[in-house]
Amino acid sequence: MAQAAAHDHDHGHDDHGHTPGFFTRWFLSTNHKDIGTLYLIFAIMAGIVGGALSGLIRWELAEPGIQVFTEGSWLAQIKIAGVSLIEPSKHGYNVVVTAHALIMIFFMVMPAMIGGFGNWFVPLMIGAPDMAFPRMNNISFWLLVAAWVLLCCSLFVDGGPGKGFGGGWTAYPPLSTSGHTGPAMDLAILSLHLAGASSILGSINFITTIFNMRAPGMTLHRMPLFVWSVLVTVFLLLLSLPVLAGAITMLLTDRNFNTHFFDAAGGGDPVMYQHLFWFFGHPEVYILILPGFGIISHIVSTFSRKPVFGYLAMAYAMVAIGFIGFVVWAHHMYTVGMPIELRAYFVAATMVIAVPTGVKVFSWIATMWGGSISFKTPMLWAIGFIFLFTVGGVTGVVLANAGIDYSLHDTYYVVAHFHYVLSLGAVFAIFAGFYYWYEKIWGVKYNEFLGALHFWITFVGVNLIFFPQHFLGLQGMPRRYVDFPDGFAYWNHVSSIGYAVTVAGVAVFMLVLIESAIRRRKAEANPWGEGATTLEWTLSSPPPFHQFNELPVVKPDVH
Amino acid sequence: MSQTGSEPATPQGDAERRRNVRVATICALTFFGMIGAAFGSVPAYRAFCQLTGFDGTPRRADTASSQVLDRTLTVRFDANVRGDLPWRFTAEQTSQDLKVGETKIAFFKVTNNSDKPVTARAVFNVVPSQAGRYFQKLQCFCFEDQTLQPGVTVDMPVLYYIDPEFAQDVNTRGKSEVTLSYTFFRSTEAAPEEAERPHTKG
Repeated sequence: MAQAAAHDHDHGHDDHGHTPGFFTRWFLSTNHKDIGTLYLIFAIMAGIVGGALSGLIRWELAEPGIQVFTEGSWLAQIKIAGVSLIEPSKHGYNVVVTAHALIMIFFMVMPAMIGGFGNWFVPLMIGAPDMAFPRMNNISFWLLVAAWVLLCCSLFVDGGPGKGFGGGWTAYPPLSTSGHTGPAMDLAILSLHLAGASSILGSINFITTIFNMRAPGMTLHRMPLFVWSVLVTVFLLLLSLPVLAGAITMLLTDRNFNTHFFDAAGGGDPVMYQHLFWFFGHPEVYILILPGFGIISHIVSTFSRKPVFGYLAMAYAMVAIGFIGFVVWAHHMYTVGMPIELRAYFVAATMVIAVPTGVKVFSWIATMWGGSISFKTPMLWAIGFIFLFTVGGVTGVVLANAGIDYSLHDTYYVVAHFHYVLSLGAVFAIFAGFYYWYEKIWGVKYNEFLGALHFWITFVGVNLIFFPQHFLGLQGMPRRYVDFPDGFAYWNHVSSIGYAVTVAGVAVFMLVLIESAIRRRKAEANPWGEGATTLEWTLSSPPPFHQFNELPVVKPDVH
Repeated sequence: MSQTGSEPATPQGDAERRRNVRVATICALTFFGMIGAAFGSVPAYRAFCQLTGFDGTPRRADTASSQVLDRTLTVRFDANVRGDLPWRFTAEQTSQDLKVGETKIAFFKVTNNSDKPVTARAVFNVVPSQAGRYFQKLQCFCFEDQTLQPGVTVDMPVLYYIDPEFAQDVNTRGKSEVTLSYTFFRSTEAAPEEAERPHTKG
């Protein structure tokens, strides 16, 4: 890590206070901080929609039988000759599951981590005045908004079995081709195209910024770990997203232009789609979590008042995770009938990921070890992250075994696993970063008590939701069904109670935002003291509209 | 895609912009390269499956097996018609017992129930899928499109053997049954008067 020997940028530049008018500033923005703020607001909004959809899921699954997605419910109204049928309503459940997944992945976690924190803090941390291509940055954001509109439209048009597309975020053919004849799937595909274009443009922007615009002295090996994590993430995006774009384009032409990429009738193979999808899909899950690794490293170091343990190992562990992430994809599809040698390879390769991940977890613990720890809100979220991510990682190693996966494939055990690493891991990292940089971004202080309350309620709530799902999965409850046998009722009920607790946590989060907006306690440039060593803390909170007109010079620190 | 900021174009700014555009161009090329790889993987995957019998793809052989093992297998037959194809398609035997390496012939009966000539193609698969690479076909009606005149019934043969390697492979050596499954689809290169089905299949 590097120590910042930056000049004081608070005053001395008369153009700092010069901001454009409202429309120009927020709709035609080329300022990385404003675009980052737009991304964050977008992510919060999408997160509320995606969270509400998961509420419908938990409401439906609170007890056996069909409660929410009943005949003719407003959720899935499609009436054939004036008669409402139960099947389109059940389909509505799958539509909600699919939309929950797509929204949380593409419109909540990615915009928050990469678009929000990435845009805000990558230029600040490397001492750059802005991103390399500020206008492209603006296009990235508005493409995402367009993608969001298309996805929302897809929910309300005919999918085939009912309204919307209900084939899961994986969109396996033939369910996504001949199984959904309506335009909903086409809209969803186009939405993913736009979201992908947005991410690709963003990736190119980040790569160029990080390679070309670092301040003098900011070598790659002195870059803050968050910048490292974003760099690895955008490389994964650049290499994996085109494959998804290709695969869903093939779906689109299979659906509309009589090609047969995945249609056995014309000599295609549906399993080919699964390979292509997961070649993207597995790096994608690291795309979701890697920026979180970077955020957590900064927070753990700041609140332990120690430099992060094993800086280089931490950076290269992320690079290693990125590399290995490209060669393990078939562990998502053990059950398609691969030969045993291939399964053995994918089991081994998958387990290898536990090594760099372990390096990271142990380094976080070693950073805390012997440190002067203060349990401020960001640190609570960070420690919560480490705990929950480790739980999810352990079940991941269990699932990596093809033999075990044969019986757990597509059960709630898998659901519990990926929600522990993503819903709890990634989201806890986002909240940790949100509180860590709260003053820096918004220019006001949050209430420490409310922040801690938000953490504890959420921590209890999400564990109540997802821990019982391990039991359900081990008992054999399959994913993606609107109903379940009575034997699964107890733990499903507990899980749904957990959802209610989590909603209370979200309410406290809203209170945090409202309280800080009303009280408007003036933010400090660096509220965290000597532990916070990266360049963004050398600037005022919020930073001036244009920063680093005079580039900071970074020197190696002595440790 | 390049930066068109409003700052004056100093020589230094120009150099920086050139560097930025270079990195961005490399990234864009990578992007299109990966798109190409995604599409290229389709023929590559098909070739790979045909070459290795991966994912249950049965293989085409030119000569019969030179070796016959003293090990008996049961081969089951499955015949299906997909979608709107007006054909009746049945296997004339539900199963055949044969020795590993022995060449056998199986017959399928196909009837065109419509009043028009119809062209269709059989797509095949083998279960367990690991046996695909040992299921060798010397001759098969599935190798090309089949056209049936209205009301005509045809017997279609398949000449096949199970490669003796079947008894060695750790994936298959314990298995005593192999199922060969055919599905007839309307040919994708069908004559124009036949191609009146809707664009999206339902």
